Amino acid sequence: MSGAWTAVLLGGVGCYLLKLAGLSVPASVLERTTVRRMADRLPVALLAALVAVQVLGEGHRVVLDARAAGLATAVVLLLARVPFLFVVIGAGATAAVLRAVG
Amino acid sequence: MSDPAATASEVERRAVVRDSLGVGVATGLYGVSFGAVATAAGLSVAQTCALSLLMFTGASQFALVSVLSGGGGAVAAAAAALLLGVRNTLYGVRLTTLLGWRGRRRALAAHLVIDESTAMAVTRTSTATARLGFLVTGGTIFLLWNLFTLLGAVAGATIGDPRSYGLDAAVGGAFLALLWPRLDSAGHRVLAIVAAAVALGLVPLAPAGVPVLAAGGVALLAGLLREGRSAP
Repeated sequence: MSGAWTAVLLGGVGCYLLKLAGLSVPASVLERTTVRRMADRLPVALLAALVAVQVLGEGHRVVLDARAAGLATAVVLLLARVPFLFVVIGAGATAAVLRAVG
Repeated sequence: MSDPAATASEVERRAVVRDSLGVGVATGLYGVSFGAVATAAGLSVAQTCALSLLMFTGASQFALVSVLSGGGGAVAAAAAALLLGVRNTLYGVRLTTLLGWRGRRRALAAHLVIDESTAMAVTRTSTATARLGFLVTGGTIFLLWNLFTLLGAVAGATIGDPRSYGLDAAVGGAFLALLWPRLDSAGHRVLAIVAAAVALGLVPLAPAGVPVLAAGGVALLAGLLREGRSAP
């Protein structure tokens, strides 16, 4: 995978600096409501987009396959308040079984 | 230990350690899913372990791997990870007066600023118990997350085609599980649907990685627009 080390180092160092900035920057800069509202919304939008692209994206196409069934299992498990690890395993196992059968 | 105040604080300390260990162990263990997913997606064992050591914030790590394995470039992958990591900056702002560390200690503590360590610290009333909750939670997760990343990475590198094990669907499930507790308001639920729709709409048009970053742009816009509406 080309560029993987670049991504790992760039992302790794950057994420550390973001953490350090929070502990170092005067609170007044980051406690402004606009900044707080954006930081509150960023993870929601990014994670939702990652779910969509990871489950429905296939190169440059949008497809419905075993991954969608895996996601449906994840929804059921989350509604049942099952721990994180089992949600992940449940989603994967559903897709694996469907692919083995189909 | 006949002093009642000292006894009470000892009881509180024990409760903080117990709660923090519980959260720490539960969270650290799912490093195994990250390790397996990352190597199955094409990262080497060394790259996977370096991510857990250096980046040490789960959602960003999964995002980076997801963008890379979808064919995205290094910059797009790192950018997705960084945008998700911005929330840790906000956590730091809340933690800094509570923990009261400076200099080298602050630089070391910064690495442990993640969802769980913040949650186990901000609910405390004293600096001592906040530090205890932060360090026990963050330290336990750092240790186990890296150990289990290595185990998962070695396993993932040897299992063959990751799709037959449903690992691609497992990553989708992981993202949804990370998103789930944040869908606590109607505004967040609408934003999640719009962001997912924007990303999917861009999949046929834009280079890999860009749809996710565009969704981040939607979030920034949502923050600005709301501000404009509520301004006097």
